[in-house]
Amino acid sequence: MPQPLDILVETPSQTAGPYVHIGCIPSFAGIDGIYPQDLAESPIADGAKGEIITISGSIYDGTGWAMRDAMFESWQADAAGRYPGMDGADPKVSGFCRFAADKDSGEYTLRTVKPGAVQTRQGQWMAPHISIWIVARGINVGLSTRIYFAEDDHSADPLLSRIEHRPRVDTLIAVKDDQGIYRQDFHLQGDLETVFLDL
Amino acid sequence: MTDTAPLMPRRREVHPDPYDPAYKTSVTRSPKLPLLALESTPTEETGPLFTHDLIGPLDNNLIVNFTQGKGLAVGERIRVHGKVMDEQGRPVPNTLVEIWQANAGGRYRHIKDTYFAPLDPNFGGCGRTLTDEDGSYEFMTVRPGAYPWPNRANDWRPMHIHFSIFGHAFGQRLISQMYFEGDPLIARCPIVETIKDRSQIERLVAPLDMQNSRGMDYLAYRFDIVLRGRRQTRFENKLEGM
Repeated sequence: MPQPLDILVETPSQTAGPYVHIGCIPSFAGIDGIYPQDLAESPIADGAKGEIITISGSIYDGTGWAMRDAMFESWQADAAGRYPGMDGADPKVSGFCRFAADKDSGEYTLRTVKPGAVQTRQGQWMAPHISIWIVARGINVGLSTRIYFAEDDHSADPLLSRIEHRPRVDTLIAVKDDQGIYRQDFHLQGDLETVFLDL
Repeated sequence: MTDTAPLMPRRREVHPDPYDPAYKTSVTRSPKLPLLALESTPTEETGPLFTHDLIGPLDNNLIVNFTQGKGLAVGERIRVHGKVMDEQGRPVPNTLVEIWQANAGGRYRHIKDTYFAPLDPNFGGCGRTLTDEDGSYEFMTVRPGAYPWPNRANDWRPMHIHFSIFGHAFGQRLISQMYFEGDPLIARCPIVETIKDRSQIERLVAPLDMQNSRGMDYLAYRFDIVLRGRRQTRFENKLEGM
């Protein structure tokens, strides 16, 4: 027998269930008074540098129904491409936001600053993007994806370049509507199935 | 600046199957196409960090936090404690741990929960804490009740507490559930059974911990959590293709 490896194993995931709001955004669930406010209601404070943008959309299940009970988290760099904690990062950008699908319409809205491009340790530049994590009843392992922006040059982005089926790249790219709001929908199944990530 | 080494790949085989017909909701909520797998980038290797000033003094005591100490929740008093580590066995300090659960009768304080069991006016059902320097955390709460749920005609959830853990990197983000040693409903739950490796299910079952219980006060349960680790090597900072 070889020596045993002393690497532990990650704790298995379980679904966040239908009541995830109680634990993560209790005020949204109507539970007030335990915390002063829900965690991470906005990823930016007043005075954040850069272009303030709004992204809106829905997450659709395999029947095309907009899910009313999903919860999202976003993580992003500041306008200069620096993550919080990095040297020179914008102190007005926490970079982290929690938000939920509307219980009646299923629509979410994220108001934030547009992130800058971020360099990988190999020196490649990732086009501006926001990382998204999605949990809900029926999702057994939280789903990771990204939002990129239509106006940017994605030709050298190391993640988008790895998508073999080129039409699927569009599932990660938000497009501005005529109101100036980025639209980004997530599809769990079907012809428009979003590219989900394992990074 | 904290450690930003690459994350170890997630071992998908220890996690639940995303698609499991016995858990009906997963049928339409599981991606059909493969995930796109890549080495982690700074986006996944960094993450939100929280400080102790976020946490109120009653936040980790679900027996009293809903009433802010004016009344006690009904139920069997328990202490849930453990340690958050990474796959290298290193403690994960100062990380946010959030929990939520049903009350002692098996009812959630949520508009979507219509079970017969009554709400407890003294119980909200959520709590949070930051781990100490050695990765340890603890909560006081009441044992949640089991409850029926709409899946197959007679499915019941075992007693459980939902856990949300951050780690120090967005790629370590994890939500799971803790079950209680000896609960006969664990083996009958289609959500538990989405995990196909039985030895992994056992890792979600907290043992009764009499040595950390307190006579005439509470029983203790021990629940340790492992998050993804980071590779430990000096051979990372090389140019593409080299």
